[in-house]
Parts: sequence; structure tokens; C-alpha cells
Amino acid sequence: MSYLNISHVDKTFATGTKRTEVLRDIRLDIDKGEFVSIIGHSGCGKSTLLNLIAGLTDVTKGGIKLDGFEVKAPGPDRAVVFQNHSLLPWLTVYDNVKLAVDKVFRATRSRAERHEWILHNLDLVQMRHAADKRPGEISGGMRQRVGIARALAMEPKVLLLDEPFGALDALTRAHLQDAVMDIHARLGNTMIMITHDVDEAVLLADRIVMMTNGPAATIGEVLNVPLARPRDRIAAATDPAYLKARQAVLRFLYERHRFVEAAE
Amino acid sequence: MSAVAQLKPKAAIAKPAAEVTSLPATPRKGLTMPGWVKTLSANTLPPLVVLLAILAMWQIAFSSPGANLPTPTAVWAESSDLILEPFYVYGSQDIGLGWRVLTSLERVAYGFGFAAIIGIIVGAVIGQSVWMMRGLDPIFQVLRTVPPLAWLPISLAAFMDSRPSAIFVIFITAIWPIIINTASGVRNIPQDYRNVAQVLRLNQIEFFFKIMVPAAAPYIFSGLRIGVGLSWLAIVAAEMLTGGVGIGFFIWDAWNSSRLTDIIVALVYIGIVGLLLDKLVSYIGRVVTRGTSEG
Repeated sequence: MSYLNISHVDKTFATGTKRTEVLRDIRLDIDKGEFVSIIGHSGCGKSTLLNLIAGLTDVTKGGIKLDGFEVKAPGPDRAVVFQNHSLLPWLTVYDNVKLAVDKVFRATRSRAERHEWILHNLDLVQMRHAADKRPGEISGGMRQRVGIARALAMEPKVLLLDEPFGALDALTRAHLQDAVMDIHARLGNTMIMITHDVDEAVLLADRIVMMTNGPAATIGEVLNVPLARPRDRIAAATDPAYLKARQAVLRFLYERHRFVEAAE
Repeated sequence: MSAVAQLKPKAAIAKPAAEVTSLPATPRKGLTMPGWVKTLSANTLPPLVVLLAILAMWQIAFSSPGANLPTPTAVWAESSDLILEPFYVYGSQDIGLGWRVLTSLERVAYGFGFAAIIGIIVGAVIGQSVWMMRGLDPIFQVLRTVPPLAWLPISLAAFMDSRPSAIFVIFITAIWPIIINTASGVRNIPQDYRNVAQVLRLNQIEFFFKIMVPAAAPYIFSGLRIGVGLSWLAIVAAEMLTGGVGIGFFIWDAWNSSRLTDIIVALVYIGIVGLLLDKLVSYIGRVVTRGTSEG
């Protein structure tokens, strides 16, 4: 049995008498320490899939198991980095991370240890200097870094990233991608990242999960990215393996599963 | 043609077309007031002028011998002691307006305090639960339109004493806007914050204090602000009926003994205290919610 096991998962949303089947028969196994990207056109249910793993949404059919335990509710072992950072604006950067650390480690670590742990995680994303600032006083990229620090500080079994860099400009995005790669290399976390950026998916992931269009979307194809780590974005840009993987994803998205605006 | 065009900028750098000379600084004309004096006078002069104009018109309008109401000068002549000495005590019923206002404020503090605590809790419950909302909201919408004084006979019957009755009237008047605003604030908590709370597995109490109250604080405080204004309206009316020592009873007492000038002074007191209450709550709200409305 793999570390994270998603077996025959269906998800149907029901509003009144109207039933919308979003996901059908999702099967995926992810190993410990693996970095998996999930890519697909908007509306294909990739965020729904992430919410199912997080436990924020219940599965309609099938089951998800993490490290042998059935996923039934959200929990800090599946920390989420949300697209719009979702830091609490009335707390400082430090206190935002502290909220998570205090909740998860109150019983097991002393006050001083927790303090060290908060600073350690802020260091990981190079945000210690802004510890006393409020989210409103720092840039979007910095907020996302803090969001990552908060998620990492929970020591999750799997880190779920929901289009974490979607709202950022290209340069900031590149910096944060490097930061995530660096953290992945150092800590060896299992990471699942939703993205709609082909280059991001190829550069960061060990495997790319490509989703077909909804409704009733499913996994169309899974692509291995045989690029050695550590990866460098400039060297990768001319690497044949990178280009081949990139082309495969583009083919999938724009030839075989071209996005069609759903007619209402 | 292109060669000339290319040359031009170079020539311009080498030889400026015009010489740059610095002009001597001209001293600024007119009065040089410090900034704060300017803003202060800009904020206080207009209302002062308007106030004087109103007083002048009032004076002129009621100067004729058969006028029903006293003029400003008459108010000053007969009731200046109330203005100048708010805290005198000449006997158990003959005390300064400052004391009377404080008595009324004490009642407001109890009534409004209970209303704030219970209103925020009830509002939070209604905001969280769709079924509570559906069940209670129609009832609240009806109850909140009941005028404060309509509650007085019932509360007198229930408490058999004027003091708790007055406090209850304030409570029941102030609580509706607090409940309704808190509920809408809680309903408007972004799903993101709820997700964070769920991932962290915050329990109900932690969620209430760490997410719900700070996130809904701007709404809660606008409810509290409306509530405190209504309480002040209600206490004056309630005291007129229940008697005792408050500012409301003072007005009723002055009317019964035909001291119209005293009533006018009391009205000014009530207005100013009401304004201060409103400013106080909005100031606390600003301090507390700093950072909640993120840019």
C-alpha cells in the first residue's frame, strides 16, 4: 500500500435536485517524499480533488488513505497552502505561524521550543525579518511565503498546495518555486501541487497528473518527469527531457483535451 | 535624414539649448500659522459660526413679551448654575446634572453591557447555524421594531422595581442591532478563514475567540455603536416614566415645576453625552479592529 492512496473516488455536488458530477473514478497512489503536480483546465475539479485529500470536502464514493489512516476530516497532517494565502490579517506574521504551532504542538513541546520552531520555519522561507509585520504590510509573494511557513510548521505528512503562486507575478513566482524546490530537497516532504502553469508543473514535479475536462473529470494521464534534482530553471530550459515532458503536457492540454467553454 | 536624426540627441547633450539658472526663493506671503492651528480653526470655526447664528435667531424669535419659550439669555440667567456647577450636592434630590448623567450612564452601562455580551453570543450562534437563523430571525425582525417604552410596563410587572426595569428596557433596545450585525458579520467570514480553522482543528471556543470575533469585529462594532445610541435614547424616556435620579427624570421634574430653562440645559447635556458615547464606542472599535480590514 502506498503512502497516500486515492481509490475510486467520485465526487458529486448536489444543490437542491440538481446533481453535478465533478470527479469520477479518481485512482492515484503517491509515495512518501514524492512531489506531484496536478494540472488541468479551469473547472476540471482539480481544486475539488485537493479539498478531498485535505478533508475539507467529503468524498461521495471511494476512499482516501494517508499513511494507513482513512481521511475523514481536515487535520494538520494534511496542511494546505491556499491560493490567496488566507493569513489572518489581524495577526502578525509570527502570530499567524504561532496559531498553527501552538495548536499542533501545545502538548508535546515547551513554550521555548515552540518559539524556536516558529522562527525556524520563518527562516526556511526567509521571512524572519518580517515576523512582527501584519499581512497587510507585506507583499503578495511574502504572504505566500508565510502561508508556506505556517503549513510547514505543522509538520504535515503531506503538504497540499492549491495554485499557490497563481496570483503572483512571473518573477516572484520563480523565486517561490525555487524556495519550494529547496524546501522539498531539504525536508523531503510529500507535496501535491495544483497548478495551471505547464512550466511550473514540469520544473517542480516528479510526476504530473493530468486531468480531463469536467463534468465528471478524471485522471487522463500520469507523466513521469525524469529530471535529476536539484533542478535549475535555466539549465532545464534546454534539457531534452524537460522539453519532452513539457511537450507531452501541452499535447494533452491543447490537442486531446482542449478546453471548451461549458454551455449552460 | 536618418543620420541627422541620430546626431541630434548627441548635440543636445553636448550643448544645452538654454542655460539653467536657479531662481531666488521668494518668501511666502500672508500669515504663517502652524499646521495644527489651521486644521483646528478649519474644524471649529464653521460650527461655531453656525451655532452663534442659531442662538441669535432663537433670541430674536422669542424676545416678544408673549413668547412661549425662553430665550438663550433667559436660559443663561436662570439656569447658569446647572451649566457652571455640574457636580453640586445640596440634598438627596437637589444634585447637579453631572451626577444625574452619571446615574443614567450607570444604568446604560449595565443594560448595554448585558446586551453586548448576550447579543454577540446569540448573533454568533445565528450567524453560524442556518437553522437557528431561519428559526429566530423572523422573530427578531418583529421584536426589534417594538419601541423601547412599550417594553416598560411588562418589565415593571416582571421586576416590580424601577431600577431593573429601566436596565431591562435598555437591554432589550440595544440588543437587536448587536445580534443582527454580529450575525451578518459571522456569515461574512471568508471561507478561507474557516478552512484554516478546520485544518488546524480549532475547537468551538478557539474558533470563537481566534477567528470569529476578530473577523466579525467591524460588523460587531457597528452594531454596538447603533446599540449604544439607542440605549441612550431609551434611558431618557424610561427615566421620565420610572422616576428616580437620572437625567430623564430631571426633565420630567423640571416640566412639572415649569422650569423650562432647566430642560433646555438638560437637552444639551443629553446631546453631548450621547455624542461622546458614540465617539467612545467608535474609537474602541477603531483600536480593536485595526488590521482586520486588510488592504
